[in-house]
Amino acid sequence: MSTVVKALTGLRDWVDARFPLTKSWNEHMAKYYAPKNFNLWYFFGSLALMVFGIQIVTGIWLTMNYKPAADLAFASVEYIMRDVEWGWWIRYMHSTGASAFFIVVYLHMYRALLYGSYKKPRELLWIFGMLIYLTLMGEAFFGYLLPWGQMSYWGAQVIISLFGALPIIGDDLALWIRGDFVVSDVTLNRFFAFHVIAFPLVLCGLVGAHLLALHEVGSNNPDGVEIKKHKDANGVPLDGIPLHPYYTVKDMVIAILFLILFFIVVFFIPEMGGYFLEHANFVPADPLKTPEHIAPVWYFTPFYAILRAVPNQLGGVLAMGAATMLFFFLPWLDRSPVKSIRYRGWKYRTALGVFTVCFLTLGWLGMQPPTPTFTLMARVCSVLYFAFFLLMPVYTANDTDRPVPDRVTG
Amino acid sequence: MNEEVMDHGRRRFLTTAATIVGGAGAIAGAVPFISTMTPSARARAIGAPVEVDIGGLQPGELRRVKWQGKPVWILRRDEAELATLPELDGEVRDPSSEKEQQPTYAQNEHRSIKPEYLIVVGLCTHLGCSPTYVPQAEADAHGLPSTWKGGFFCPCHGSRFDLAGRVFKDVPAPANLLVPPHQYLSESRVLIGDDSAVNT
Repeated sequence: MSTVVKALTGLRDWVDARFPLTKSWNEHMAKYYAPKNFNLWYFFGSLALMVFGIQIVTGIWLTMNYKPAADLAFASVEYIMRDVEWGWWIRYMHSTGASAFFIVVYLHMYRALLYGSYKKPRELLWIFGMLIYLTLMGEAFFGYLLPWGQMSYWGAQVIISLFGALPIIGDDLALWIRGDFVVSDVTLNRFFAFHVIAFPLVLCGLVGAHLLALHEVGSNNPDGVEIKKHKDANGVPLDGIPLHPYYTVKDMVIAILFLILFFIVVFFIPEMGGYFLEHANFVPADPLKTPEHIAPVWYFTPFYAILRAVPNQLGGVLAMGAATMLFFFLPWLDRSPVKSIRYRGWKYRTALGVFTVCFLTLGWLGMQPPTPTFTLMARVCSVLYFAFFLLMPVYTANDTDRPVPDRVTG
Repeated sequence: MNEEVMDHGRRRFLTTAATIVGGAGAIAGAVPFISTMTPSARARAIGAPVEVDIGGLQPGELRRVKWQGKPVWILRRDEAELATLPELDGEVRDPSSEKEQQPTYAQNEHRSIKPEYLIVVGLCTHLGCSPTYVPQAEADAHGLPSTWKGGFFCPCHGSRFDLAGRVFKDVPAPANLLVPPHQYLSESRVLIGDDSAVNT
């Protein structure tokens, strides 16, 4: 026994002399101190990381049988679903993973709104996170074209046309993105390249930067107080506990609970009633005919509803762009000295409540046909959506914030 | 020169030279990477003109053909339908086709060379969906008002066009449907995508 331990210790020391193994482990796991008062909102980061892993692994296996060509793509997906051993399982994991990714990322972002996680000193951490979110939207968009169904085709046509609406450069830009006069085999081929190589690489880099920034400044917590302000004689935060094993163990339990839900979807309701896999996409792409009802997948619908709410082509495109970009400026729009919702006044609480309702309503409206009533609702919600951001410097500056405790409240 | 003293001048020269040469190389190298994403020779060749025989087309009938991979519609309109066009002048955005959405030879009341035949690219000028052809009789089925005189309805964002492809006011589409370059080779043969013989 002792010889084995001795040999392993020897091996570790040999590696440590050549690579910062123990050093990195301590820095990021065993001696990385996270606040002891995390609640359930704090598990979506590690869940997002796990879903990213699922997407990469299932994605690699899908490429083994998928053919990125206009006349073969649709049939190759059907082949994966019917003839490849366990092919349906791999594909349903990937398609469910796409929606699951956005669910956990939206909840992860919402956590930041609740507890002010974007505020100083975590501005860069937030910006890296937003870049991950934008890259993820691109990744999802490129991936959605690959099955080459009707929704894939016309969805891509509409989204690329958004760039075509820009003045002067628009038409040439859209042509350059498509590589053809319409969405075609050329477009499919390059979207495949973006989806399987370019964007995943960018995502990996951004996730790395996000984690490095997090471990530099340390996690925020539901009280929004800095645990680094109170340290013991060894420089360990009094309200901190090592990430490993305290949170790694909890993360594992949450991961299992998440996977149980995830596989219920994969095995029993993979289409999720048309929300995860849209019905029109079971028809092969037809460049001459648009489906009667076309809507993006659920995670894009809030922004799509904003696009439709503006009765002007360029205005709609710009409003949609601004709706995503405004998140970047949160750290500077928010003037409150208080981070956590627990100690914020009624103004921010009300604003966040209104924003939440509007965001969800817009998401629902984006899936409905644009009737006059729905368009009016979308306009009201869009105005309130923008008001949440643009009026933030006003209503957070003189809010009825309550005193923040010195230490976390457990 | 003393080895202990840093030669700042040499370092600055090397840094500047490497930045300029490397920067020029990076810019020159970016050109092919950007150009390779523009339409290839083959994609451009598929954009070649298509010849269509419209001899058998009945009044009210719409034929779809593919040009540059896009749907092109050929619609035969009867006298009664053509007569509705001037009545709609007040309801459409660009009644006399002033925006360059057609060759000059189609810049007229009926937006075509021959009044009977409308030839347009069947893609909505808003975000590129292909609108549905809705004759007057089918207005109800698409939730259009009873005043509908026939035309095109886009299922994506609700844009509407009349029988000359003119866009109505108060819809998201900004412009009339595009009339592609085309010319008649004979009474019943039309060439779409080439108008070299048309006297403009």
